[in-house]
Amino acid sequence: MATKKFKCTVCGYVHEGDTAPKECPVCKAPVEKFEEIVEAVPEKKKGLNTNSNVYTILYAAVMVVIVAFLLVFVSQTLKERQTANVINDTRQQILSALNMRDQADVAATYDKIITADALMQPNGKLVAYEGEFNTSYKSEFDNGNFHVFVADVDGERKFVIPMNGLGLWGTIWGYIALNEDRTTVYGVYFSHSSETPGLGGEIAGTKFQDRFPGKLVVDGDEIALKVLKYGKADKSSQYEIDGVTGATITSTGVNTMINKVLTAYIPFLTKQCCKEGGCEEGSEECCEVHNVESNK
Amino acid sequence: MANKNNEALKQPMWVNNPVLVQILGICSALAVTAQLKPAIVMGLSVTIIVAMANVIISLLRKTIPNRIRIIIQLVVVAALVTIVSEILKAFAYDVSVQLSVYVGLIITNCILMGRLEAFAMQNGPWASFLDGIGNGLGYAAILIVVAFVRELFGSGTLFGFQVVPQSWYEAGYLNNGLMIMPPMALVLVGCVIWFHRAKNKDLQEN
Repeated sequence: MATKKFKCTVCGYVHEGDTAPKECPVCKAPVEKFEEIVEAVPEKKKGLNTNSNVYTILYAAVMVVIVAFLLVFVSQTLKERQTANVINDTRQQILSALNMRDQADVAATYDKIITADALMQPNGKLVAYEGEFNTSYKSEFDNGNFHVFVADVDGERKFVIPMNGLGLWGTIWGYIALNEDRTTVYGVYFSHSSETPGLGGEIAGTKFQDRFPGKLVVDGDEIALKVLKYGKADKSSQYEIDGVTGATITSTGVNTMINKVLTAYIPFLTKQCCKEGGCEEGSEECCEVHNVESNK
Repeated sequence: MANKNNEALKQPMWVNNPVLVQILGICSALAVTAQLKPAIVMGLSVTIIVAMANVIISLLRKTIPNRIRIIIQLVVVAALVTIVSEILKAFAYDVSVQLSVYVGLIITNCILMGRLEAFAMQNGPWASFLDGIGNGLGYAAILIVVAFVRELFGSGTLFGFQVVPQSWYEAGYLNNGLMIMPPMALVLVGCVIWFHRAKNKDLQEN
């Protein structure tokens, strides 16, 4: 296809071939009147062909690379602040369980109130947790690291236990604060990832959470605290709590979560280390919190 | 030209409302309207994202290869939403917690793709910006109307504050549980469309 184009300068006829014709077939002009047409290559480049395959592929590739770099850059520059926010939020949730919601300076209050982040040993003893502040207590629970936060509220010792479970649409989590007797509820905090607003989402509201304080968790050696379908709870019972109206599955999820998590904490809740001996009758020495005060 | 820009801003608010006439973004209208607060936040976020995406696509419109234009639009929207969500997480953590999954939902909001494809690909950046703002606000207005009715009758509250007096409940008044359910949002949007068509006779189909 290496054809050249020749144009007759008299009538404008265009001949295609390797050489110019001897005479123009239209106006009979001689060969000298023919001019070679040089293909307008530069002209083609001016109007960028946005439909060519090469252009499309290059465009997509450049686009993806730019966007990828942009996202990496944004994510890297903001990471520190985001992590700090998550830690702050987790601390606020722990404080919320101690009925200290919406603190202005979370970090300062947390340092003041929470005296220790401890791990429960199989016999119920508490030993200081040495690692960095954790924000995912689900994986900690699954790994057998049972965290207990020791708090000092106006001179009274409280224990906060993190909980994780499943609601209707996604995960739910919360913190339960107990008095020093390790069975009376001092306060709770629940949150959720994707429960229905106005129904299951109400577990995050104070209306539901205010039903917990004063209830008892343990009866003998078992977890007795129960969240029942709305209206089914016996008002005089120390263990039963009404769920959220119209959110039976989420309420059941809260009940299952409390039961599952606190069952794992039974050695701590029932002060098992005292019963097993090793300390004198009546003495609570071995159930004291061991060297956790040093850790903040 | 000024008149055209004016039209781009005002048309989608009422006569060519994205939810009522273009029937775009219905799915998110169902998901976030059980309460007023998330509805407003969602409406505002969509407004900002549509406006920004419209401007970017409008600036790029002459270079975008025709065959992959939808993918390019999607990449721009997804990148924008991700960046906005990252910034919220860093500087307005409370808002980002409230928005939670809805931020991601903005990417799939059909209003975005609809406006990019229908408007930003043919018009200049300023007109596209106004079109984005107009459509976002038109969408937000419908969300707020629906959320107002649903929260008031479904929970007896507005913005989380109790407005139905306790004495009514004692007298036997009950919240309408159906209002909280997603199907009711569809019925309410239907009612608004009914009202809207009654006011705009030229939109009625035979």
